[in-house]
Amino acid sequence: MADPIRPDSADALATIIADAASDGTRLRLRGGGSKDAIGAPTPEARIVDMRGFSGVVDYDPPELVLTVKAGTPLAEIQALVADHGQMLAFDPFDHGAMLGCADGEATIGGIVAAGVAGPTRVSRGAARDHLLGFVGVSGRGERFVAGAKVVKNVTGYDLSKLVTGSWGRLVAITEVTLKVLPAPRLQRTLGVAGLDPAAAISAMARAMGSAAEVSAAAHLQDWNGAPLTAIRLDGFPSSVEARAAIITALIDGVAPVADEEAARLWPAITTAAPLPTDVPLWRIVAPAARMPDVIAAVGGRWLLDWAGGLLWLASTDDAQAIRAAAMQAGGHAMLVRADAETRAAVPALHPQPKALATLEERVRRAFDPAGVFETGRF
Amino acid sequence: MSIKMPAPDETVLARRGEIVAAMRAIVPGEGVIDKADELRPYESDALTAYRQPPMVVVLPETTGQVAAILRWCHANRVKVVPRGAGTSLSGGALPLADGVLLGMARFNRILDVDYADRLVVVQPGVTNLAITRAVEDDGFYYAPDPSSQIACTIGGNVAENSGGVHCLKYGLTTNNVLGVEFVTIEGEVLRVGGRGLEPAGLDLLGVIVGSEGLLGVVTEVTVRILPRPETARALLIGFPEVEGAGRCVADVIAAGIIPAGMEMMDKPAVHAAEAFVQVGYPLDVEALLIVELDGPAAECSHLLEEVETIARANGAVSIRISTDDAERVAFWAGRKAAFPAAGRLAPDYLCMDGTIPRRRLPDVLARMRALSEQYGLGVINVFHAGDGNLHPLILYDANKPGELEQAEAFGADILRLCVEVGGVLTGEHGVGVEKRDLMPVMFSEIDLAQQQRVKCAFDPELLLNPGKMFPELHRCAELGRMHVHRGALPFPDLPRF
Ligand SMILES: Cc1cc2nc3c(=O)[nH]c(=O)nc-3n(C[C@H](O)[C@H](O)[C@H](O)COP(=O)(O)OP(=O)(O)OC[C@H]3O[C@@H](n4cnc5c(N)ncnc54)[C@H](O)[C@@H]3O)c2cc1C
Ligand SMILES: Cc1cc2nc3c(=O)[nH]c(=O)nc-3n(C[C@H](O)[C@H](O)[C@H](O)COP(=O)(O)OP(=O)(O)OC[C@H]3O[C@@H](n4cnc5c(N)ncnc54)[C@H](O)[C@@H]3O)c2cc1C
Repeated sequence: MADPIRPDSADALATIIADAASDGTRLRLRGGGSKDAIGAPTPEARIVDMRGFSGVVDYDPPELVLTVKAGTPLAEIQALVADHGQMLAFDPFDHGAMLGCADGEATIGGIVAAGVAGPTRVSRGAARDHLLGFVGVSGRGERFVAGAKVVKNVTGYDLSKLVTGSWGRLVAITEVTLKVLPAPRLQRTLGVAGLDPAAAISAMARAMGSAAEVSAAAHLQDWNGAPLTAIRLDGFPSSVEARAAIITALIDGVAPVADEEAARLWPAITTAAPLPTDVPLWRIVAPAARMPDVIAAVGGRWLLDWAGGLLWLASTDDAQAIRAAAMQAGGHAMLVRADAETRAAVPALHPQPKALATLEERVRRAFDPAGVFETGRF
Repeated sequence: MSIKMPAPDETVLARRGEIVAAMRAIVPGEGVIDKADELRPYESDALTAYRQPPMVVVLPETTGQVAAILRWCHANRVKVVPRGAGTSLSGGALPLADGVLLGMARFNRILDVDYADRLVVVQPGVTNLAITRAVEDDGFYYAPDPSSQIACTIGGNVAENSGGVHCLKYGLTTNNVLGVEFVTIEGEVLRVGGRGLEPAGLDLLGVIVGSEGLLGVVTEVTVRILPRPETARALLIGFPEVEGAGRCVADVIAAGIIPAGMEMMDKPAVHAAEAFVQVGYPLDVEALLIVELDGPAAECSHLLEEVETIARANGAVSIRISTDDAERVAFWAGRKAAFPAAGRLAPDYLCMDGTIPRRRLPDVLARMRALSEQYGLGVINVFHAGDGNLHPLILYDANKPGELEQAEAFGADILRLCVEVGGVLTGEHGVGVEKRDLMPVMFSEIDLAQQQRVKCAFDPELLLNPGKMFPELHRCAELGRMHVHRGALPFPDLPRF
């Protein structure tokens, strides 16, 4: 396998991609490589290292807009916005450790391409909701711009949504413009121990449906030896207190979780850290109310995020059976972590119905007619 | 009318009888309209300067009928324009002389309300407000609230990715839609997204929202609903100069506050609104700001104080804080009446919709005033201040020869100005016919070609709502061609996946 190529200008990248389209080389785009272990191995693909595109282009905090090169490390961006009391509101997180790599490697381009969403998905949305625009090079080897650098825009198709979660299969992203938001002054977590999945999901639904403006809600099968349902409130101190009172009145047995413990709890939920690492890891998205059925149908260890709408499942069950259970509940299942042999046999992304798969393929060909980015990974 | 629609295809016009008969075979009875006087109500949307009766109007009631209509039109190369309530301000639902107008008004049922997962499943012809009405007794609401919400349909909202005064905090339509069922021009019924928080695969849902009826016809929509905040209170703040108001907005956000709504009106807008609704707006200020805060009572009173302090520091000369809900609603009444108020100042007006980086506001307003003098046409400004979305209303009289063209030229200059300062042509109303020919101001030919290739993936024959959004529709085969690079042939075989 040839060495990775590391372009640092859109022109150089465009030439690399156009050449690849001409001679049939497949290109695998890589940011920090923290997600290399997702999807089928692709020994033949040439790696394009996108970290040559690095640095902040523009950041004006009161405009709530940040423009950065796609290869910029996430950690650097988070430090910058934190200095101004702001945050990337979709909770991006470095999943290096979850996938057996070093932390601190994730790039913002990789985060966007992976369509990341942390626990606050339920209140503030995912990467898709915060990508305002981007610059990239298509599989045609053409540099183009989509979206804009203001928070409200409907000019032309919203290609930012398509590119988010496209896993490097549409466009090599060189620059992204993201919406940023003020970071909350205070976070407080309330917990209730001992609920079964159905009771936990129902408690979380009541909390989400109350005026308490819950930021995040999760349920762990085992935290300190017992099931824990955790509800987080973010905001101004007076507000957080008032909302904590609403939750306390609403859910029996709820008690504050100490700040130090909460500071360990939420990253653990985001990275599915409490689950065993030596079995395949699945990420199942389905309506929360149906999730107890999924849990009942599969074996393994699990935890629930997004008020029950996201199930992280570590399971040795048959892949087909897991996907069937997810579909039965109106959801879908992604294989996030597994040994190379399993990944070669089981597609990482949930297979789509035929008509939709055909349309998706037509959309991919609209960006990448020659299949330069089709490495066989997904 | 300076923007031209594609010339009608004479051969299609000649087949009108056959096309009407085919539609009648699919949708019986009153659902097909072909009499000239009955077509007239459909000849325009809210961009009333543009009018064109369609060849025929079809009002299907089922997804099966929509699929059959589209399949027939595709097989017979007949163009289709979808329509909701016809409140588009950009001409998105403007009919074509040689096209079928597909009215979705009969898709008016709420199919499911699910409080456990906090969502509502509706047909696309349900109005925006009807969704909130269906759930408000249980303490919920649907957040995006375009001013047209009594009339506009959720299908139209999806197509335009509509916003409202609350979208700074709660997002546009795209952030509140979980899934849609839609029908492709080939008649294929597809579902993207659903009741879960994330669709599987490529985010096609994300590109269908905001596609202005060019990619597919939406036949069902699943939206997220939110619990109604415990309280909402508003401040009405007057400034002696626009700069102070602009700084106040920036400082509020810099203080970590994202208000539920933050609207600005310039002096002419304040005067027009006050004359119309008499709610006690101060008339001696250059800019009026309405800031609404929502949440628990404790949060509201804390933030009201903070905003008041920030406003004073930026030279506010009058500050009123709502003490009850009636007063809060009164603060909004003038802002919400801005359109009809403009209607009293002049026989006609054009509503523009550019977004700018907020820091450029004073500069942009000053240049707008200069343009107003240059064109000899009045302009009043209402403005979603929190997110930089401007709504200049250009006043004109369509009965005076040439004045519409002048108003359009003025509007185009305003939008060019928005792009020049780093903003965009449209923040929530869509490109449609109105801004179609300005797209090259914002996008290069390569950018536009890439967008159009997405159109080609959904609708290779370009039959769905042509003449909107793209200044020039290239044939898809032409766009698909790749340049031969360095004399080598493009990679020929199809990829593995
Ligand atoms: C199922 C799953 C859930 C996750 N959930 C979360 C979460 O909730 N919160 C969170 O913060 N993180 C989450 N992550 C982690 C997130 O995906 C990574 O942090 C991020 O992708 C790492 O960036 P990287 O630079 O290391 O990417 P890489 O591992 O290098 O690449 C990731 C993907 O992005 C593509 N890519 C990389 N750079 C570019 C570019 N410039 N242009 C186009 N494509 C590019 C690659 O081809 C690859 O498909 C999740 C990951 C997975 C798999
Ligand atoms: C007084 C007034 C105030 C307004 N205020 C706002 C505001 O605050 N914010 C805002 O964003 N907009 C506003 N608008 C604009 C307008 O109301 C919105 O764009 C609205 O979403 C249009 O909905 P509609 O049902 O009227 O759609 P139509 O005008 O009928 O159609 C709009 C577009 O949607 C397409 N379409 C409609 N239904 C479907 C379907 N089922 N499938 C596919 N395509 C479809 C049409 O082809 C067309 O391109 C306002 C308009 C008026 C007249």
